[in-house]
Amino acid sequence: MSRVADRPRVQVNTGSARNFVADSLAAITRTTSGPVYLVLVGVFFACLIAVAIHGGEFLTGEAIKEMLVRSVALGIVAVGMTLVILGASLDLSVAYVVSLASIIAAEVMDDATGNILIGIVAVIGFGALVGLVNGLVITKLRVNPFIATLGVALIIRGIIESRYQGTVTGVPEGFQKLGYDDLGPIPLSVVLLFAVVALGWFILRYTRFGNRLYAVGGNEEVAKLSGVRTHRVLIGAHVLCAMAAALTGLFLASRLGAGSPTVGPEGGYDLEAIAAVVLGGTYLLGGRGGVLGTIAGVLILAMLDHTFNELEVNAFAKDVARGLIIIAAVAAYSIRWRRRKRAEAVADGPGDSGTGGTLQPQEAGAG
Amino acid sequence: MSMPSAPAPTELEPSRGSQAAGAALAWLRGVPVVWLVLAVLLVWLSVESSVFATPEGILAYLKRSAPIAILAIGAYFVLASGEFDLSVGSLVTVTVVVAAKLSDGDPSNTYPVIAVLFAIGIAVGLFNGFCTTILRVPSFIVTLAMLLILNGLVFLWTNGAPTGALADNFREFGRKGIEGIPWLDELPYSVIVLFVVAGFAVWLARGGFGRRVLAVGDNDRAAALSGISVTRVRIAAFVLSATSAVIAAILLGGFAGVTAQVGQGLEFQAITAAVLGGTVLGGGRGSVMGAVGGALVLQALFQLLNLYSVENAVEQTVTGLLIIGAVSLAAFRTRSG
Repeated sequence: MSRVADRPRVQVNTGSARNFVADSLAAITRTTSGPVYLVLVGVFFACLIAVAIHGGEFLTGEAIKEMLVRSVALGIVAVGMTLVILGASLDLSVAYVVSLASIIAAEVMDDATGNILIGIVAVIGFGALVGLVNGLVITKLRVNPFIATLGVALIIRGIIESRYQGTVTGVPEGFQKLGYDDLGPIPLSVVLLFAVVALGWFILRYTRFGNRLYAVGGNEEVAKLSGVRTHRVLIGAHVLCAMAAALTGLFLASRLGAGSPTVGPEGGYDLEAIAAVVLGGTYLLGGRGGVLGTIAGVLILAMLDHTFNELEVNAFAKDVARGLIIIAAVAAYSIRWRRRKRAEAVADGPGDSGTGGTLQPQEAGAG
Repeated sequence: MSMPSAPAPTELEPSRGSQAAGAALAWLRGVPVVWLVLAVLLVWLSVESSVFATPEGILAYLKRSAPIAILAIGAYFVLASGEFDLSVGSLVTVTVVVAAKLSDGDPSNTYPVIAVLFAIGIAVGLFNGFCTTILRVPSFIVTLAMLLILNGLVFLWTNGAPTGALADNFREFGRKGIEGIPWLDELPYSVIVLFVVAGFAVWLARGGFGRRVLAVGDNDRAAALSGISVTRVRIAAFVLSATSAVIAAILLGGFAGVTAQVGQGLEFQAITAAVLGGTVLGGGRGSVMGAVGGALVLQALFQLLNLYSVENAVEQTVTGLLIIGAVSLAAFRTRSG
């Protein structure tokens, strides 16, 4: 995390080692994922207490494993979504990409273990293709990302619904291992998630592409004027995002043992992933945030889900609570952010002082 | 990812003018495209269907367009102020389900129920606006959460399935019309409602409020510095959007009856219609009539696909392609113009 201080947007006195330590600490509390982890810890203890009062156990190995496995599908999509959102874009097509990817996996693998590799290649290739289309439509045809990816989502949905009515079998036994096997004490799928998160983190921190993506998301015109090929960067982000969604489809195919036309939209991966990204402290307008925050956002959602299940909360009440918690958490970040920025901020209304006390009882200990 | 020579034209742009002006110019003349597309679709429809080009055919078409056109008008104000409202679809569902449960088929309940519905709509709009402006949560997230909350609440209240029925005089708004007008069979109430709403919205948009909405959407800091209350303008936009959802829902309740799916996907249709009509996501550009035009285009498209009895699933694909096509056409026309 200390590398955060190297980000160009953070001003750092590189004079001495002592300053570096101080600056690093300051930078950590200043990153967008800092408060997210506070919220994560707060939600963790809230859930722990709630489940304990109810008479269950929150911290069993099984429960943790279940929460992690449940986070895999959303987590992978959300890492990809983080990239496009950092570039001030959006991808609403991921849910249908997930579905069609799972179907392609089943069809190409066709119950033969020997086809697994080619199946994986086909699915990832499909993801790359969709991402390329999204990126090209947004950059070259200049269609707003919201509309462009919504349009692509409709196109894929039409393809799925006109050709596939039910689940598509054909996922070989060997491939189903990905969904259910363990690597030592850790489920293989969780290893996959960590690998994707690590890759996303590495790309954003250490590659030129990552740096440029922040620049494009922060201010596209400035990035362009300083020589960044903004279109290339955005297309790259979209390709990676759709590939991540396709990978989720692959994982779900292995988990379900079949391709499913409904698994993506029913999982709500498009909007849920965006919610996780924003819950993870990434700025919806681009340029600020990262995958570490996103994964915390995914874990927060998974913990809430698990707790609600333990407490046997009505499914509809669950939605209400989730909605309120998302708003409250994001409000807490933006109030923090605003306090820090108060010096520069322009007061534009009477609501600038002492706001938000009503909506965030959950975060009382975390703020 | 190879892009031969394509970046060249875009890299010229910054030298031509300031960056903001470039982007704005690209959208400035987006409005005409929607009417062009609409004209093509309407001609196509009247060639293919002998009923369409009659007064009854046109009225039936307008009647069916009314709910989405009204939603698009509401969406215009929110989008033009630089925000999103993804909660309108679920608000439509909530309105219809609540209306059925409260009125329970009793005609004498209709007007009190309608008052309650508007109160719910205004409350939802105020909440969306409050969270967006004062708590500063991105509206995309607020209204997404609102979607979850509304769906959850209404089904919690009705135990998972909509119950009750809409009274006949409630359903008349969407179904019936004024009869005995020369040349016309009847003038549907929903068409009248559409004209009233559109007229009111155009009046609002041309006045001081409309200009403030665009100013806030274009640059909220500049708007704040010039003395506009950004908070108040945006909250008002959300209230307008939610109110439009209630009006659309009352009409839809008449057409479609009480289901949990009545509002599904309408938020995206409303936003798509507004964008087809030249409203820029991110704010600062657009027009009410453009949004209405966009809604008419969408409805014409649905009707055309229906006429060819295109399979429902393929309809999705065609709609997706046409939306992308129309919006990019608008982007290119304005750039070259």
